[in-house]
Amino acid sequence: MSVDIQHVKNMKDQSALNSFEVGKRINPYARFVRLLFQSKTGTTGLVIFVVIVLAAILAPAIAPHDPTLMNARNTLAPPAWLEGGTSDHLLGTDNLGRDVFSRILYGARVTLVVSLLSVIVAGVIGIALGVVCGYYGGRWFDSIIMRIVDAKMAIPGILLMLVIIGVFGSSIPTLVFVLGFTEWTAFTRLVRSEVLSIKQRDYVRAARSIGTRDRTIMWKHILPNIVSICIVISTLTLGGNIILEASLSYLGLGIQPPDVSWGYMLNEGRDHLATSWWISTFPGIAITLTVLGVIFMGDWLRDVFDPRSQGRRS
Amino acid sequence: MRQYIVKYLLQVIPVMFIISSVIFVLIYMTGDPVALMLSESATPQQIAELREALGLNEPFYVQYGKYMLNLLQGDFGKSYVFQQDALSLVLERLPLTLELGAVSVILAIVLSIPLGIYSAVKKNTFADLIITGISVLGKAVPNFWLGIMLILVLSIMFPIFPVSGHGSWLHLILPAITLGTNAMAEITRLVRSSMLEVLNQDYIRTAKSKGLSAIIVVFRHGFRNCLIPVITVMAMQISGIVGGAIITETIFAWPGMGQLLVRSVNVRDMAVVQAAVFVSAIAIILMNFLADIAYRFIDPRIKYE
Repeated sequence: MSVDIQHVKNMKDQSALNSFEVGKRINPYARFVRLLFQSKTGTTGLVIFVVIVLAAILAPAIAPHDPTLMNARNTLAPPAWLEGGTSDHLLGTDNLGRDVFSRILYGARVTLVVSLLSVIVAGVIGIALGVVCGYYGGRWFDSIIMRIVDAKMAIPGILLMLVIIGVFGSSIPTLVFVLGFTEWTAFTRLVRSEVLSIKQRDYVRAARSIGTRDRTIMWKHILPNIVSICIVISTLTLGGNIILEASLSYLGLGIQPPDVSWGYMLNEGRDHLATSWWISTFPGIAITLTVLGVIFMGDWLRDVFDPRSQGRRS
Repeated sequence: MRQYIVKYLLQVIPVMFIISSVIFVLIYMTGDPVALMLSESATPQQIAELREALGLNEPFYVQYGKYMLNLLQGDFGKSYVFQQDALSLVLERLPLTLELGAVSVILAIVLSIPLGIYSAVKKNTFADLIITGISVLGKAVPNFWLGIMLILVLSIMFPIFPVSGHGSWLHLILPAITLGTNAMAEITRLVRSSMLEVLNQDYIRTAKSKGLSAIIVVFRHGFRNCLIPVITVMAMQISGIVGGAIITETIFAWPGMGQLLVRSVNVRDMAVVQAAVFVSAIAIILMNFLADIAYRFIDPRIKYE
């Protein structure tokens, strides 16, 4: 999933548009909620995402079984509605007799923790570098960072991740940092170009002319104006990171057992495809639904923050 | 034109320099490859000899300098698993990956352009809804799961295609679909939206009012002008295709570069890993370059800077 630059770039004048609305005294939160329920995709995305988050948080309470509990007598049991299935194992069991439904619930925890944390890591690195590069645009620091961003563009993220995992091995913290350290470039590239235009605005010049320190300008005058663009990039990166985490786990290089991950479940199910399709089908549906939810939310957020894009996207 | 090419190729140098430095630092941080190369019963003396032979006792900057010199000569070191030159191992596998990548890109283009045009022309109809839905789904579905589901349906339930491996053209179909879906979804969406934009232009209305048939208007006047964003997105998809190939090859046991890479990471065969990263990076840069040239070829308004 690539970050949709064109649409994000269209948000450039968004803060200017917002400033016109200030006089009207519209409660921004009320506008937000109203726009959410106006949009079908936004609502759908939010509902999917909230359900997944709830499933992850409540996993110990909902899950009928311990996700790692093996049962040699009840391996490869089919889902409840098929012949031979029991309501005890709603989505069947895997090759070691573990309950697929419980594993999916617990898998949501790992997936969400890894992908959300990694987006935060990527965001902090990417936004900080993007603001500094944009503000001091054209200096040596800027050109070094931008060359690194270019270099990153020439390698698919997963390739770089494989190298890093090859070096450091794999665990949940490494995975968070691997995903964070490789996916920050989208933030930097877009934030930088945004900051380049913001710093030409009158209020930044005014602040500078009265001798405000650079650091204060970046925090108080620039950062608040790039919040919306950052939220949109975050959702796009989140969807990408969920898929990347699952891919790495599928390759056996991401989450390691006994931690449960959707990607690794697919890996295990691959060997039993001919006899037990449910092991690899349901985790895949879980991944697809989660990513779909995130994509829908991202699309909707983009529309909210950029009123002009609504007409273009139809 | 020549100036432009030279300038483009000059930009490649810092990029490759950064990539190789990052890889060197990463591998330097892993510490000792010696433990992997020798059996556990190796004597301390043997270990010391191998360390000396590999130059691991030298300071960081000497190792770095030697590494860079070797890279410039195309020497990535030897794979300790295959006891073979790492670069030639990777290059042996490259044609198969290129074959898979090319077929999936062609498949993606052949399917997505007509679908995108059709859904733009039939905007807001049922067919448009279905096509748009598929392209959203195509972005959300992880390609490895799609691959597994394709195997389940088309090789196990209805045994039309072989489950995995490399051989006849039948072996190529499922991996190519798996790899191409993401690009297909992206291009369909883009063709649709840029086609919608183009169809609103004045010259389209003029063409229609001249009494030209709908097909000529759509293809001669519309389609040509929506090609430019399509090529941009294609260039952006190339890196995704290379990344996707790593996973697709693993699912279908396709003996290409990606499969080799995953195996090498698993056994920490870093010489092969870095050769594979290098070859992929060069391949991606070259393809981007070609896309850039194609871009200028299609749209003469873009000048060579």
